[in-house]
Amino acid sequence: MPGVNKDKGAKKPKKTSIPRTPIPEQDAKKRAGNFDEVALGYNRDQALIEASRCLQCKKPKCVAGCPVNIDIPQFIKALEEDDPAAAIAILKQKTSFPAVCGRVCPQEDQCEKLCILGRKHEPVAIGRLERYAADWEAAQGEAAKPGIAAGKGKKVGVVGSGPAGLTCAGELAKQGYDVTIYEALHKPGGVLVYGIPEFRLPKQIVQRECDYVESLGVEIRLDHVIGRTMTVDEMLENGHDAVFIANGAGLPMFMNIPGENFNGVYSANEFLTRANLMKSYRFPDYDTPIKIGKRVAVIGGGNVAMDAARTALRLGAQVHLVYRRSMDELPARREEVHHAQEEGIEFHLLTNPVRIIGDQEGWVEEIEVIKMELGEPDLSGRRRPVPVEGSETRIPVDVVIMAIGTRANPLLTQSTKNLELNKWGNIVADEHTLATSKEGVFAGGDIVTGAATVILAMGAGKIAARSIDRYLRGQPLLTPEEEEEIRAASDKAAAASK
Amino acid sequence: MYKILDKVDYSDDVYMQVIEAPAVARAARAGQFVILRIHEEGERIPLTIADFDREKGTVTIVVQAVGKSTRHLQTLSGGETLANFIGPLGLPSEIENFGTVIMAGGGVGVAPIYPIARELKDAGNKVISILAARTKHLLLWEDKMRDISDEVIVTTDDGSYGRKCLVTEPLKELCEAGGVDLVYAIGPGIMMKFCCKTTEPLGVRTLVSLNSIMVDGTGMCGACRVSVGGETKFVCVEGPEFDGHQVDFDELMSRQRQYLEQEKIANDLYLECRGDAQCLA
Ligand SMILES: Cc1cc2nc3c(=O)[nH]c(=O)nc-3n(C[C@H](O)[C@H](O)[C@H](O)COP(=O)(O)OP(=O)(O)OC[C@H]3O[C@@H](n4cnc5c(N)ncnc54)[C@H](O)[C@@H]3O)c2cc1C
Ligand SMILES: Cc1cc2nc3c(=O)[nH]c(=O)nc-3n(C[C@H](O)[C@H](O)[C@H](O)COP(=O)(O)OP(=O)(O)OC[C@H]3O[C@@H](n4cnc5c(N)ncnc54)[C@H](O)[C@@H]3O)c2cc1C
Ligand code: SF4
Ligand code: SF4
Ligand code: FES
Repeated sequence: MPGVNKDKGAKKPKKTSIPRTPIPEQDAKKRAGNFDEVALGYNRDQALIEASRCLQCKKPKCVAGCPVNIDIPQFIKALEEDDPAAAIAILKQKTSFPAVCGRVCPQEDQCEKLCILGRKHEPVAIGRLERYAADWEAAQGEAAKPGIAAGKGKKVGVVGSGPAGLTCAGELAKQGYDVTIYEALHKPGGVLVYGIPEFRLPKQIVQRECDYVESLGVEIRLDHVIGRTMTVDEMLENGHDAVFIANGAGLPMFMNIPGENFNGVYSANEFLTRANLMKSYRFPDYDTPIKIGKRVAVIGGGNVAMDAARTALRLGAQVHLVYRRSMDELPARREEVHHAQEEGIEFHLLTNPVRIIGDQEGWVEEIEVIKMELGEPDLSGRRRPVPVEGSETRIPVDVVIMAIGTRANPLLTQSTKNLELNKWGNIVADEHTLATSKEGVFAGGDIVTGAATVILAMGAGKIAARSIDRYLRGQPLLTPEEEEEIRAASDKAAAASK
Repeated sequence: MYKILDKVDYSDDVYMQVIEAPAVARAARAGQFVILRIHEEGERIPLTIADFDREKGTVTIVVQAVGKSTRHLQTLSGGETLANFIGPLGLPSEIENFGTVIMAGGGVGVAPIYPIARELKDAGNKVISILAARTKHLLLWEDKMRDISDEVIVTTDDGSYGRKCLVTEPLKELCEAGGVDLVYAIGPGIMMKFCCKTTEPLGVRTLVSLNSIMVDGTGMCGACRVSVGGETKFVCVEGPEFDGHQVDFDELMSRQRQYLEQEKIANDLYLECRGDAQCLA
């Protein structure tokens, strides 16, 4: 690395003067009518230019912003040298699914937020480069398989095939464990397959990642609802030496306002599951129906709300997005908000639903909303929206989609003995080891953190795999050095807060 | 893939299938249901577990063909396979010795009532069964129900067999006579609604098994929600059995009609193409 900057600096244009390379996208008008991917990805020339913008910082800030600490300058350097194979190898040391992360990570809040170039110019497009490397690999055919350690004769059960479960299973299989994933649905992938729509994350990519995990020797047993088909206790009794619970946070919340059970009111989970997993956008070729509204209201402002809104739009509806705070607080990724606006979704900000009004037959007819203004900051530090009295208005709609969040699904946890939960029903797991209150049982991903991100779930899968390996070898879950590191970090934090 | 081991047609549109699904059979209990998918393009359809055999690893379903998927399912016979068969789902029935219980089954609802009645009988209850059908040839599982009941009353709408009346008539008489500790009513929404209307003023606790529209069956989507006692409940995880006097049946029945338009399209297309793979593809 040393010297790179020096050699190049003289001949090439100053790095900071190269603008951030835009990513080619499907035209907004056209894409509003199809489910094909919106962002098309860099070609080789674009990737080379963008990679060349990286300053190859000695103390790269970007790495600290990535939850799994990918060696960002190194993988970008490999791309700059037109060696995507090397780039992918570096990426895979830390993330199992770069094709997914490169597409759906909230980069602007993570790695790219801290990129030094972002201070005065625009940050390096780290996510897009990650995607480029992954797509290059996919185009080469089957992914190179890593070496697999000799069989350890121990069996691990993983509950859930979302990013946390898949990652943990893959890591353990590489180390020679006999791993089975139990998945409730008929397709593996978790939210990546039932929640995030095709136009943001093609399902073929998710399928490829699942195939890869299977190629490492992991068995994915579909149609198995843990807590019903089998309990965690039964898993432990029937030959599993350890269990990793990664069943996500899939219980939709409703607002408890009048009219929520009228026909035409969906949770975002239901709407997206019908569209993505059940492919009802291709009804009647696929059997599962979906109510295609003429006018649809989506309630909420997160990624899930944007996904639901943009899916409804693609099914042919005119879409209103209703969010109770202002644009600044909108939690969805900027890029998604921007795409949604371009595609023609109408935003009603500082607006909150009061009730849903139905017709004689029980179908949604209108939604009554009230204006909000921002008051004092609440516990989250954001200013709390309060209703402006007398400002009620109605929006005529025939479908309402509630995208106001999810909670822990109690189906599994309630059937498991001695598993400590917090007051929201999430599993309590040690932050550093992901060990739960139950011997041999580890947990991670959304079921522990509450709804979070793909990359955090994947990171949890890695930590769990490390802990399970040590547990099954009879070693302490943390090495003395790791303990020391954690202690030092917390001492430092304590000192700083004084 | 899950193998269909046996199929018996009870009438033009009611049939029984035995499916090989050892993991489901091992855990199955009375009152629970499964979700199956016929093929890759298929929808997930919920069906009650009408019987199961842990040793053989089989689950029995009894189905009424009402639309595309259940019609298609009827065409499959022993040896053919289903893409998915998931379960057991929902909470099992609470089995204890209540005393005297009436098991009222309407139409195909007789099948799901059978395993519950069997377990209640084993638990020491006196079991009085009311089997209701539109007409004689639509009556199901009379023999099986006689084997496990202390008393069986049959009603048909047209009087072709048993008493000519609705299920609610004997139900009312029995409850009025007193000594009934619990009623189970399983069948079409309208039948359950009127059974509950019959028992409520008489103060007899009545359990019903709801068949709201479902997708995942694991609590993830909320499609199955109904109002029970003024609160929203997810039938697939908190049910399917509820206190019938608390259920908003009108809302349930309205929500069951959500996809009539699409169901008709799918059904018409299916009937038009019946048997013609090319046309269906
Ligand atoms: C619509 C939507 C859009 C999102 N967009 C983004 C985004 O752009 N970027 C981002 O980083 N994050 C996004 N997220 C969040 C991200 O997808 C999740 O944080 C992540 O998928 C969590 O991973 P997980 O492995 O913990 O759980 P999940 O992905 O939820 O997977 C859990 C799996 O467990 C299965 N399961 C559940 N219960 C059982 C049981 N009892 N037995 C067996 N299996 C069971 C489920 O069926 C599922 O397959 C989005 C989420 C949604 C819903
Ligand atoms: C817990 C439960 C247990 C059930 N047990 C039985 C049973 O033992 N035997 C039996 O014959 N039927 C049972 N049903 C009903 C059965 O699921 C529906 O008849 C079937 O899904 C209809 O599918 P279709 O394509 O043939 O008809 P469609 O034309 O699609 O629908 C006909 C009617 O069936 C209902 N329905 C449609 N889709 C669904 C769905 N995904 N989930 C639930 N209901 C739906 C609707 O009210 C609809 O109007 C049960 C339903 C539930 C929820
Ligand atoms: S995994 Fe996500 S946060 Fe980490 S470098 Fe890639 S895009 Fe950035
Ligand atoms: S902070 Fe930005 S410029 Fe520096 S190494 Fe990271 S990506 Fe490159
Ligand atoms: S069917 Fe989805 S929550 Fe009940």
